[in-house]
Amino acid sequence: MSDIIKKNAWVAGLVALLFVLLVLTKAIQPSFGMSGLESVARAALPFAFATAGMAVVVIVGGIDLSVASMMAVCAVTAAVLMERMAGVPAILIVLGLGFVMGLINGGLIVLTRVPDIVVTLAMLFVWEGVALLILESPGGATTEWLKQSIRGSVIPFVPNALAIIALCVAVVWIPLRRSKLGISIYATGSDELAAFRSGVAVGRTKIVAYGVCGMFCAFGGLSLASLTGIGEPVPGPYLMASVAAVVLGGVVLGGGRGGLLGPIIAVLILRIVRTILTLLAVDPNVTTIIEGTIMVGVVMLGTAATLRGARK
Amino acid sequence: MNMATTDSSMVRFGRFLRDNPVIPLLAFLVLMIAVLEVIRPGIVTPFRAGRDGLISTFWVGNLIKFAIPLAMLAACQVLTMLTAGIDLSAGIVATVAAFVCATLSSIWGPVPAVLIAMSMGLVVGVVNGIGVGVVRVHPLIMTLGTGLIATGCMQVYQRLVINAGSEIPAVLSWLGTGRTLSMPNGLFLFVPFALFVFWLMRFTGFGRLLFALGSNENAAKLSGVRAWQVYVALYALSGLIAALAGLLYLGMIRQTSLSLASPLLLPSVAAAVIGGTSIFGGRGSFAGAIVGALIIRVLDTMLTLMQMPEGARTMLFGLIILTVTAIYVRITGSR
Repeated sequence: MSDIIKKNAWVAGLVALLFVLLVLTKAIQPSFGMSGLESVARAALPFAFATAGMAVVVIVGGIDLSVASMMAVCAVTAAVLMERMAGVPAILIVLGLGFVMGLINGGLIVLTRVPDIVVTLAMLFVWEGVALLILESPGGATTEWLKQSIRGSVIPFVPNALAIIALCVAVVWIPLRRSKLGISIYATGSDELAAFRSGVAVGRTKIVAYGVCGMFCAFGGLSLASLTGIGEPVPGPYLMASVAAVVLGGVVLGGGRGGLLGPIIAVLILRIVRTILTLLAVDPNVTTIIEGTIMVGVVMLGTAATLRGARK
Repeated sequence: MNMATTDSSMVRFGRFLRDNPVIPLLAFLVLMIAVLEVIRPGIVTPFRAGRDGLISTFWVGNLIKFAIPLAMLAACQVLTMLTAGIDLSAGIVATVAAFVCATLSSIWGPVPAVLIAMSMGLVVGVVNGIGVGVVRVHPLIMTLGTGLIATGCMQVYQRLVINAGSEIPAVLSWLGTGRTLSMPNGLFLFVPFALFVFWLMRFTGFGRLLFALGSNENAAKLSGVRAWQVYVALYALSGLIAALAGLLYLGMIRQTSLSLASPLLLPSVAAAVIGGTSIFGGRGSFAGAIVGALIIRVLDTMLTLMQMPEGARTMLFGLIILTVTAIYVRITGSR
């Protein structure tokens, strides 16, 4: 019982923090309204998907350093394909590609028995290279309706970008979480040996978790392509941001605990902080420093809190 | 005894390699150089291309020259990996040190510039150490975060000194580009440095504490090790080493940039891992990392010679790191 309260307390605290930050933004810039919220949500799209993917692999007890590179591969593939074919088949191909890339990452980790951090570090190079081979310099095109879909808001007071995040994550994660596989993912993350002895197919679970991560990266790549309208083969700054958001969102590094809701709220919090700093007319470089300090400070506090909890 | 006799020769061979990881690595290095020679006859052995000499000292010198900064950054990774950590801020610390040194030496002269540059490394290292040792943040996150902060600080600093111009201290150019007996002068810095790291890891109490913390942190703590002090000292040392590597690299490249040494970061992790250092702590050797750095440089040359497009080069680089590590794990049967 107290465990449930504790689990939800973290997410509730994040929501409260998000709300406070939104009020603060409104106080600084009284004209901050729907359009401001919309641009925050739009900018958060790729970060949210990278974070969702990272959260899944962290829950299963691993880490994926190649998220940014996989997103780059998906973005350039989407841009190249959409120049030649209709949007829907291109999107399906890109999602499949992301899933396969994730499966390759997971398969290599399980088959070679090399630590996940090393495998995904190597795959970071590999996927970056693949992205450069597909498209040497930024180019390609994105379907018009896809570009339009992330703008505006169909449901009142909910930016489309936010709805897309919620929809994509819910469609992939909720059925997974409820299934036997979801339980296996949490079991593998909290104690791999115990899970193995209880009859969980640990290897297969890991591979699928990395596959899901790859699929989220494909969503991230698609959102990158639709944000910029082109494909950019150079990976963005999504690795660090996603790890920070995952930790801030209450997923314990090492696995087994946390969900996807917390990390995604954490992404929004980090994006709002950036907006506030921009509204305060802070030099963008100083913003980077402040953002980094906040990320590190949050992670420090979170870790200290976890440690105190563990001691009790 | 019975166990030993029933072991297959393969297992015994594996155990031998696990205890001496440098031997298969050296064999692999020689193999790579042989492949390089096949790809471009005469690059290593000039007599085959009609020139004098059995082995090109110029080529060997170049190989060593460019492997030195990589091996120094790999030292950061080896030392931190001994305690199951990693230092992902090393590349940025090296860049910051180089940038600060180059911009300040035109204002205040080379000696204060070098000292300030080194102290930058120390500051970042101490912050890392406090985060990892006192607050217990995962090293990966902590060093990524301080790296991000350091990058931001450097960009702000760059706008302050944008008019100051830059100057490379003569000592650093001499170390970076000069040659003595056709071997790079960087060795004058690197050989004492490498001996220091060997000494530190093998013959000092500090080195034993690193191995102890990495093998079993709880056991080490219960035996009375004040872990946080070791971590702060370790990451401070790692920051200093990274700053030193950055200064040497500055002398080598003789150009300032805001991303000077950043591309060296991931190869340095790769060099440490290829060199048989376990990312889970408790096992590692700097000798292996040095050979790892040489292997990576030979690989780099090979890919350049084959005129690989940038993408294919990056890709192959990653695949080879993965393959080498996988083979290594398979042979030694350990992680």
